[in-house]
Amino acid sequence: MYVIIMGCGRVGARLANLLARDGHEVLVLDIDSRAFNRLGADFPGRTMLGTAIDVDVLRKAGIERADAFAAVTQGDNRNIMASQIAKHIFKVPKVVTRIYDPIRQDTYAALGLETISPTVIGAAALMDALLGSPAKTEP
Amino acid sequence: MYAIVAGGGKIGYYLAKELVEQGHEVLVIEKQRLRCRLIEEELGNIVMEGDAAEASVLGEAGSERADVIVAVTGDDEDNLVICQVAKKRFKAPRAVARINNPKNEQIFRMLGIDATVSATDVILGVLEQELPANAIVPLLRLRHGNVIVVETVLDQKSPVVGRQIRELGLPADCTIAVLIRNEMPIFPTGDTRLAAGDEVIALTTSQTEARLRDLLWA
Repeated sequence: MYVIIMGCGRVGARLANLLARDGHEVLVLDIDSRAFNRLGADFPGRTMLGTAIDVDVLRKAGIERADAFAAVTQGDNRNIMASQIAKHIFKVPKVVTRIYDPIRQDTYAALGLETISPTVIGAAALMDALLGSPAKTEP
Repeated sequence: MYAIVAGGGKIGYYLAKELVEQGHEVLVIEKQRLRCRLIEEELGNIVMEGDAAEASVLGEAGSERADVIVAVTGDDEDNLVICQVAKKRFKAPRAVARINNPKNEQIFRMLGIDATVSATDVILGVLEQELPANAIVPLLRLRHGNVIVVETVLDQKSPVVGRQIRELGLPADCTIAVLIRNEMPIFPTGDTRLAAGDEVIALTTSQTEARLRDLLWA
């Protein structure tokens, strides 16, 4: 699968490495080249400098042949805009968006975007931990 | 009219000021407290501190009864989200977005926001009018239907000089509305032959603008 990831923060970099190790072709986009340091020296995928809310950058990144797109920058609105471009304009089959704000997540989930809110998941996990049930963590 | 202005920067401030002077009810939503206070000092109690992209903030601002929501923050993506949430969640009758990147006009339209204003485009249009020949100058973008009124002046080098309009092979979504020749308007038919010096006013869509340029100048 060819995956384009927008945002090379901690989550983006970790996601990129997980996917690459799983055998997928990965391209990571970020507006700051220093962010790519997070990927580690043996990251087998590619990186590109640029913002995914610009269609020219997306085309250069090969969005027309991408099987999946993940928007994981620090900005909810940027993630929302890029995901909609990927999904509705370039018809990427699988598009996933991180949205911190639970209300915005709600609105856009209702509009058909696949969204993950660390706020919602994190609060639930912490509550489990506080109330004594085993906290779930991903391997 | 009750207008919500999202973004209290220079554009938001002057927009709100004009609307108030015209007698409309205005609420400015601005994230930065300092900015809010400045606006309040100048324009009165018409500011709300908050992030206009959050549905809860738009709700508190009375988006359900607003006649129009204008998103004029400095970031296109924020303006997109503000307009989408306003229209889809609060059924705002009109949402207008400021865009900085001219390419976003088409993207916003594809995502359901067709009223956009790009200062960059406006300035480009002014600059292009200063340029010499070979330019297709956009004169006016109509609000609906993605139609642009464009103008160009033909000279001897143009390959269409001497040809009839029916021979040009104009695309379906493009039409030559009027020619100005020797300061007289000519409303052309397919038989009209183009001449050097003709000022051509055409109606086209933004997608077809480039094809028109190629036809008239390539």
